Amino acid sequence: MSLGPYAPFIVTSYLAAALVGALLIAWIVIDYRNQKRRLRELEESGAVRRSGRSATER
Amino acid sequence: MGGLLETFLQHCLESVNAIQQEREAAKVCRGCDRYPRAMALIDLANPTRFLSLTARLLPYLVAGTSIVLTVGLYLSATAPDDYQQGATVKIMFIHVPNAWLSMFVWAVMSASALGTLVWRHPLADVAAKAAAPIGASFTFLALITGSLWGRPMWGAYWEWDARLTSVLILFLMYLGLMALWRAVEDPSRAARAAAVLTLVGALNLPIIKFSVDWWNTLHQPASVFRMGGSTLDRAFLIPLLVMAVGFTLLFVTLHVAAMRNEILRRRVRALQMMQARPTSSDVSAASPASQPA
Repeated sequence: MSLGPYAPFIVTSYLAAALVGALLIAWIVIDYRNQKRRLRELEESGAVRRSGRSATER
Repeated sequence: MGGLLETFLQHCLESVNAIQQEREAAKVCRGCDRYPRAMALIDLANPTRFLSLTARLLPYLVAGTSIVLTVGLYLSATAPDDYQQGATVKIMFIHVPNAWLSMFVWAVMSASALGTLVWRHPLADVAAKAAAPIGASFTFLALITGSLWGRPMWGAYWEWDARLTSVLILFLMYLGLMALWRAVEDPSRAARAAAVLTLVGALNLPIIKFSVDWWNTLHQPASVFRMGGSTLDRAFLIPLLVMAVGFTLLFVTLHVAAMRNEILRRRVRALQMMQARPTSSDVSAASPASQPA
């Protein structure tokens, strides 16, 4: 596959899309782990939801 | 593939059955024979049920997104060069889906804003808030890839023409909304303010869409969804549509996952507030009656 004289523009476009996509995915995964950890810590310190259910349950 | 589909359908059926059973149980509890139809919507709006549905759906969404994007990338790589643009036409397979999604995500947020303001749907604000960073990312990518496509084709990275400027305004509005959600501490007040701003910002969507028709711009007019059919050859149209489906699935997957995170974040906040609230023993200890004379 030859990209011709404008290869840097094409490759940069695809790399930018991959980078932004990877950052979004990483942010969502890290945020999920952080929220779960904070909920676990709160439950361990005795905090209970009004419904009485576990905060980490799905 | 058939087995995967069968398992997916089975999971969906199980979810529907679980909701049905809970609804029946609720009917018995309330001692009424006629369960209002409106309650079905409320069932789906329950954050706990949404989390349960998310846990089942996400693996399939991740698999579907990965498969469609892989096929789309393969079709993009093997698409022929354009007779005028050469290989730079490959930027279109990234740029156009991101540009479509930048507007689509704002439309989703506008529908959620109506849900917040009119129906006070419990998940509406969660959906809008979770969609904003994803929409901002798609808009940013549309601007960057458009710029990288514009330099070899127009001879300029940027022009202050109607299409480019209106998309830049859309990007700034995404950033403004995200800042607003962070600036207002009370989530319900932030939700109402953000919903109003989202609906006002929706006025920009037709301006973006029709800017190429209303004003004289460098940007080409619509070439896929237009009266009289697409002007794109099938060799370019098929990879473009596959990539558009792939990016849309990526949005749905990320949005569902970000909504799950937002629900958990609100649970954290609620628990922290309950923990910070003084207990009855704290109150009696601090009251003047309990103080020694």
